[in-house]
Amino acid sequence: MMTFLVRRTIGAILVCIAVTFIVFLIFIVVPGGDPAQRIAGKNATQQNIQNIRKDWGFDRPFYVQYYRMMEKMFSGQLVSYTSQQNVLDQIKQGMPATFSLAIGAGIIWLFFGILVGVISAIKAGKLSDRVITVLALIGISMPVFWLGIVTRYYLAEGGLTTLFPDGEYVALTSDPLQWFWHLVLPWLVLAVLFIGFYGRVLRGNVLDTVNEDYVRTAKAKGLPPKRIMRKHVLRLSLIPIVTLFGLDFAAVLGGGAILTETVFDLHGVGQYAAQSINNFDLPPIMGVTMYGALFIVFFSVLVDLFYAYLDPRIRPT
Amino acid sequence: MAELLLDVRNLKAHFATEDGVVKAVDGVSFELERGKVLGIVGESGSGKSVTAMTVMGLTRDVNSRFGGEVLYKGKDLLKVSDAEMQQYRGAEIGMIFQDPMTSLNPVYRIGEQIEEAIRAHEKVDKRVARSRSVELLRQVGIPNPESRVDDFPHQFSGGMRQRAMIAMALSCNPAVLIADEPTTALDVTIQAQIIELIDRLKDDFNSAVILITHDLGVVADIADEIIVMYAGTVVERAATRDLFYDPLMPYTWGLLGSIPRLDRPRPDRLHSIKGSPPSLITLPQGCAFRPRCPHAFDRCMEQPTLESHVDPPTHLDRCWLDVEYKRSHRADTISGRTEAA
Repeated sequence: MMTFLVRRTIGAILVCIAVTFIVFLIFIVVPGGDPAQRIAGKNATQQNIQNIRKDWGFDRPFYVQYYRMMEKMFSGQLVSYTSQQNVLDQIKQGMPATFSLAIGAGIIWLFFGILVGVISAIKAGKLSDRVITVLALIGISMPVFWLGIVTRYYLAEGGLTTLFPDGEYVALTSDPLQWFWHLVLPWLVLAVLFIGFYGRVLRGNVLDTVNEDYVRTAKAKGLPPKRIMRKHVLRLSLIPIVTLFGLDFAAVLGGGAILTETVFDLHGVGQYAAQSINNFDLPPIMGVTMYGALFIVFFSVLVDLFYAYLDPRIRPT
Repeated sequence: MAELLLDVRNLKAHFATEDGVVKAVDGVSFELERGKVLGIVGESGSGKSVTAMTVMGLTRDVNSRFGGEVLYKGKDLLKVSDAEMQQYRGAEIGMIFQDPMTSLNPVYRIGEQIEEAIRAHEKVDKRVARSRSVELLRQVGIPNPESRVDDFPHQFSGGMRQRAMIAMALSCNPAVLIADEPTTALDVTIQAQIIELIDRLKDDFNSAVILITHDLGVVADIADEIIVMYAGTVVERAATRDLFYDPLMPYTWGLLGSIPRLDRPRPDRLHSIKGSPPSLITLPQGCAFRPRCPHAFDRCMEQPTLESHVDPPTHLDRCWLDVEYKRSHRADTISGRTEAA
């Protein structure tokens, strides 16, 4: 157990270092990324740019620049090239919105994804299964930027009704009811894709598991069908869903729901990342990537631990 | 005469598939008395497993059609509802399966799985169910059952898992135990132990056993009666002794010939029956074994019936050949000297 944790932690650190290095390299290789020119603004003289380059250390070798950046990042001193704002502060500001979005949407998509998967598996081949299958495929096929804009237009901006608020995030601490109300559409829009996807995966898993020999054994014992479904079929069919959910949820927590956050103007970490990418602003991109990588790495360890709990065959002895 | 537990009459199990109707079982009859062991022998696809699964009600499905009767203590199990059938499974008829590696749920402890079977049929609390599980594991020969009861299936060897399966099947003291190829997936050294165990527990639990196998050698020692199945029908049925001393159906000869014998001169290679079993959707005309039979003649184009041709009259077979011809020719077929035309 201890060796497992130590090994995974070392692995996680290496992954994070690799991620920062790759992001840094991409930024250097991509054309038009000269940060001095961006900081200097549109009408800057060559001299201005030269000075900025010298002051900010952009004239140093790239490994020195990389080292400096890491130093700043891990001491929380990373500053945006364009707005000069502290990156860590900006991420912290975005986190409540991103967490609210992730947790709410995660609960919705997990719940309905399992429901959809189980119902369509039990009714496999029947009309209800086919209807659900079509709906799930539609859900998977609708891009978030389209679905988000359409729902905003029809349900918030008066296309049909103005029942829902038109974007923006309200802090839970300032007004819980408005917090909830503002998040309903983003939650649903983000969840739709995952519901369809999880439903399809779970349906397949359940239909595979139903044919396992141990399910036949459970029937031969005379167990009631509901108990067989719950204890013998679902319990094992849900194991792969745990992996999916752990990583998807981590990605959204880590600012991965860029489209949803942007469409609904939630000012979360994802939207911050989108803006920084637009501005070709390396420090925030680096900061957000690191922040996201931490979640992914942490949750993948968590998933492994939970996996071992769910499946005794892979438990370390 | 001992109590008649199971009386299967002209059982049919047909399954509708995209390619047509599969007549997996097509008119099978047998009786099983308390304390007896019935062997059902045949190749893969002969319908022996489907027969057993249908007795258990495990083949019920929208695409299944059944015929005949499965009388358990006089009650037709084909007619009872799914919910009522649940009361019979495990409690009245227990079943163990071919592959103990996959027949136990990998995520639950051995004990939990036995307790689950007990508590499905009896209102006992967890502690009682657990101590009974330990006792059952002891009876099937698991060492240190008090601690092994908390093991997961993957911590058991193949033989131990099959013992655990037997413990589970017997946990509610069923009158009938169906063992579907219980030794096929096990090491040869373990096979005899498991068969002996089933034979002993049958007496301890005062139950009857249906032992399904493709290997006549497995049932030779413990079965009282044997039915040989081919293409969904019974082709020969006799007391074990009669079947081995006076086998009448050329298919049975083929099965006998494919058992390795240490007490006979060794043939160059082990005999096997030519060809493979027919499709159960479109059976050959007449006798289903005709295309593979080395002794087939004109009359085999007509369907023979299962009837008595010899003494004792309990010995039935489904074949047109003259009994004297068969008695003089079977030795060559069993030893592999006669090849199919």
